[in-house]
Parts: sequence; structure tokens; C-alpha cells
Amino acid sequence: MPMTMSQKILAAHAGLKEVKAGQLINAKLDLVLANDITGPVAIKEFKKAGVEKVADSAKIALVMDHFAPNKDIKSAQQCKMCRDFAAEQNLENFFDVGTMGIEHALLPEQGLVGAGDLVIGADSHTCTYGALGAFSTGVGSTDMAAGMMSGECWFKVPSAIKFVLHGKPGKNVCGKDLILHIIGMIGVDGALYKSMEFFGDGVKYLSMDDRFTVCNMAIEAGAKNGIFPVDALTLEYMNGRFKRSPRIYMADDDAVYDEEYEIDLSKLKPTVSFPHLPENTRTSEEWCEIKIDQVVIGSCTNGRISDLRIAAKVLKGKKVAKNVRTIIIPATNEVYLQAIKEGLVEIFIKAGAIVSTPTCGPCLGGYMGILAEGERCVSTTNRNFVGRMGHVSSEVYLASPYVAAASAIAGKLAAPDEI
Amino acid sequence: MKVQGRVFKYGNDVNTDVIIPARYLNTTSESELAAHCMEDIDPDFVKTVKAGDIIVAEDNFGCGSSREHAPIAIKASGVSIVIANSFARIFYRNSINIGLPILECPEAVKAISAGDVVSCDLGEGIIKDETTGESFKAEPFPPFIQEIIADGGLLKHLTKSQK
Repeated sequence: MPMTMSQKILAAHAGLKEVKAGQLINAKLDLVLANDITGPVAIKEFKKAGVEKVADSAKIALVMDHFAPNKDIKSAQQCKMCRDFAAEQNLENFFDVGTMGIEHALLPEQGLVGAGDLVIGADSHTCTYGALGAFSTGVGSTDMAAGMMSGECWFKVPSAIKFVLHGKPGKNVCGKDLILHIIGMIGVDGALYKSMEFFGDGVKYLSMDDRFTVCNMAIEAGAKNGIFPVDALTLEYMNGRFKRSPRIYMADDDAVYDEEYEIDLSKLKPTVSFPHLPENTRTSEEWCEIKIDQVVIGSCTNGRISDLRIAAKVLKGKKVAKNVRTIIIPATNEVYLQAIKEGLVEIFIKAGAIVSTPTCGPCLGGYMGILAEGERCVSTTNRNFVGRMGHVSSEVYLASPYVAAASAIAGKLAAPDEI
Repeated sequence: MKVQGRVFKYGNDVNTDVIIPARYLNTTSESELAAHCMEDIDPDFVKTVKAGDIIVAEDNFGCGSSREHAPIAIKASGVSIVIANSFARIFYRNSINIGLPILECPEAVKAISAGDVVSCDLGEGIIKDETTGESFKAEPFPPFIQEIIADGGLLKHLTKSQK
């Protein structure tokens, strides 16, 4: 029976020769992840079940990134609960202020996830690691607790949608425009319960950071996971980082897909999701005048070094518009340091932006950039639901770092060629 | 197990950010989470919801974040079951794992109106609109999931099977 790439990884981890869509399996996990929001619920469940020790202390990562550095007393308590648990269980991969970064940028960078892995995380954007050729998916805190306890998780084997990418992206277009285009095309439940598998000669023109962005937002189409084939670029990224050996799985040529889409990357245009759903996409030709109050460049979707380089290219020698609060958040300390070395931070500060320590803060309306009543933000983050970044009447426009930086200068939603 | 209550009805893509906004995720207290349930799409929900009440929604209920706080807030607010055309996959797993009953039944969603009194037989998957007298049959869970629910949630199921 032919299998998709995702199915092959699941079969290997379940100790089965083959699996088929719809089959329920139990599979061994390479890593289990939680953060300072979902970790405490998982720890509570773990304790409530009367479990004393985790199955494997090397296969758990706890990252304090959502409301850290602690935004208030309650958040401080939640981080403390995770910190105490990490100490008690001798967790090797506990990331606190100083070593932490935004989890889905941090774990690939630290080499904790890589090709062929099976990863679950109590964070919906865990699907990011598909960029490395891993099967990774978001779960809730109880599944995470069960993963810590048993080292395993049950899965319903997904069917898949095939996306064949052709050509090379044009000027001012990146991975974000591709994934927003796809979500606009198939809708926020267009890939519900399914894998999104990427193929084609266009893949080689997507940087690793582009691929992370694309897989990161697979969940925004309802997908279980997104996944790219492993190529020279993936191997180069993992070389010297990944702490295990890559295991390369390829979809069978005759694997069956529920649907197939062909996408010409050269035809993509700067794309933005208008409020209040990621599927409400419009290309730059369809935008109306949207005056803005804030720009956020960062998050697990677009806070990597390529994203900051794009923002700096647009902002260099310019000033952000008066009254547009521009917040730039390198996703990890490594990204931050690189941005300093390359002079990007200086470009941002001279342009009138601020540069923050790594945090998820504003993306989910936690802190570090909350919107007031009726305010609008162009953001490189991943969700624009009602009230996502603050007041229930505020609005978030999801965009690439090109568009976000251009909008900061223009004071309104703008494509880079407009400024 | 049978439940009965008054219906709160919602549309497509009710996401976990509106079920429980992230600004309240600095706690794991079930009652604190319940106090803000549905706040950003239905500020009246917490003022009027009573034990046993039922949420009926259209497609992709619970999409977005993996926060288990969302089904926890719904359950702790007294809601006895969520009936929808379809559920986002993480919300679906989370609900089973924490013991919030859910059923997929597009026919029922189409016919049931806000404010109707509805009863459900969870074992049989029978949904009855007591206001209109109409009955509907939902697909039962696969046996594997029924076992998890019968054992009282995933961790209890696992600890039992490890013994």
C-alpha cells in the first residue's frame, strides 16, 4: 500500500510496516513540548494521575515564552510551576529567560527536532517542524501529559492534500505570502484532520525560514501537520545543529491524496489576511486604504533572521510613520545576536521601531503591544481572530515582513513597492 | 448518560481565542476560566448559562490555539455538551481528554434554534429538540475513544492499561 510522507513517519514510529488513512495507532515520540501556558495544565494533570516520573527526561522540552519574561504575578506563578517541575524531573531541555526563545524557532535552532522525528507539542503551531521533514503536530495539555508519562501518543492516521510548487517567488514575496494564499484558497478548515504535503521544483527556492513559516500556519487551514521533503538545504540547516541522525522519508510516487493543487510561486503577490479570519486574504491589488496604529514583526511565524533582514531592507534609512508603534521581536537570542552583528537592530531603532526580547506576547494579546478599542495592527503573526491582540473591536492584518515594514513607514497597509 | 438544557447557538469557526481569550490564560483555575467563557463573542453567555445548557455551532468549532483551557472553560461553565457540524482537531481531542461531551451532527445543528430545550443520550448518540419534538442521530465515537471516555479521561485510561 503506497504511503504519504507523513504516513511513513507515523508507521515507523508505531513499529508498523504500513499504515492507512483513518487507522488508529499508538506511536513512540521523539519529543514532547509545552510552554508556560499549556505546561501548568499538563503538570497538574500529570500530578493528578499520580505519576511520579516522566518516561524520558531527555525527550521533553518546556519553553517559557508566552507570558515570559513574566508579565504579571499569575504568569510568574505559572513559570515557577514549570521551573519547579523541570528541576524535580531533571528535564534537560528547560528554557527560561536567558536561554529561551519562541518555542518553534528555538527547538529547530537548538537541534532538538529534525528530519524523520515524531513530535507533539501543547501548542497549535508545533506543526512548524514539518519544514525539517518531521511529523509534528499540536495537541492539548492532557495529551502532552500522557506523552511525558508514556513517551507515546495515539494518532488517527491522516490523509493528505498535495501542493505542488513551481517556479521562483518574485520580488517582495516570501513564504508568508504562499501560506496566506493557500489558506485563502482552501479556507480555515480546508485541510481539517489532514496533512499538507509540499512538493515540486519550487521547493528549492524557499529558504528554510520560508518553509518554517509555511508549515507553521498549516494549523490555520485546520491541518494536522504540514511537511516538506528533505533536500540539500534541510540537511545543511541541520548539520551541526541536530542532535540525532536525520531519518529521511519520501512519499511513495503512487501515494494517494484527497486533493492536489499546483501553485506557481512566480505569480504570488503580497498577500494579507483581513480581519477576522486568516482565510480572508486579499492581494496588494485588492487592498483598500487601511490606516494603522501598530506594526508587529516577530512570532513563531516570522521572527527568524530572514524575516528581520527583510524588515531591515525595507526600513533602512527610513522612519516609521508618526503614531505607528512598531515592535520588532527577534524569535530567539541567537536571532537577536545575529541581528545585532548585522546592524539590523541599529536600522530598526534609527527608524523609530523598538526591539524586544523574545516573547510570544503581542501575537496572542498577552502583553508587549495590546491594541485599544478600534485600533489596527499589521502583524507578521498567525491569527487575526476577534480580540486576538487586544480589544474586541481592534483589528489585525496578517502579513509578510515586507508588507509589515512597508506599512510601518506608510502609516497604512502598504506593499514595499508603494513606499 | 443523558443531559438536557437550553441552547446557545453560534456560527462557523468559533475559535479558542473567543472561547477563552489569552489574557485570561495566566491561570489554570477552572472557575476563573469559566467566568470569562465566550466573553469576546457573547458577553451575555456567562451571565445566563445554567448547568446542563448546550452549545450548538456550525463548522470547525474550536479552531485556533491548542489551549485546553477552552474546553475546560466550557465544561466548568456548566455546559453539558457541544454539538457542531465539525470540530477543529485539537479541540476534539482535548474535549475527549478532559471529559467534555461533544457530538458531530449537521442535521441537528441545522434544525435546532437558539433557546430551544434539547436533550441528548450520549451513549446512543440521540439528540432530541424537546421544543420542536424532532430527533436526530449522531455518529457514535469509535470504540477506542469510548474506552477513554468510560475510563474518565486519557490519563486514567493510560494508568489503567499500564497496570
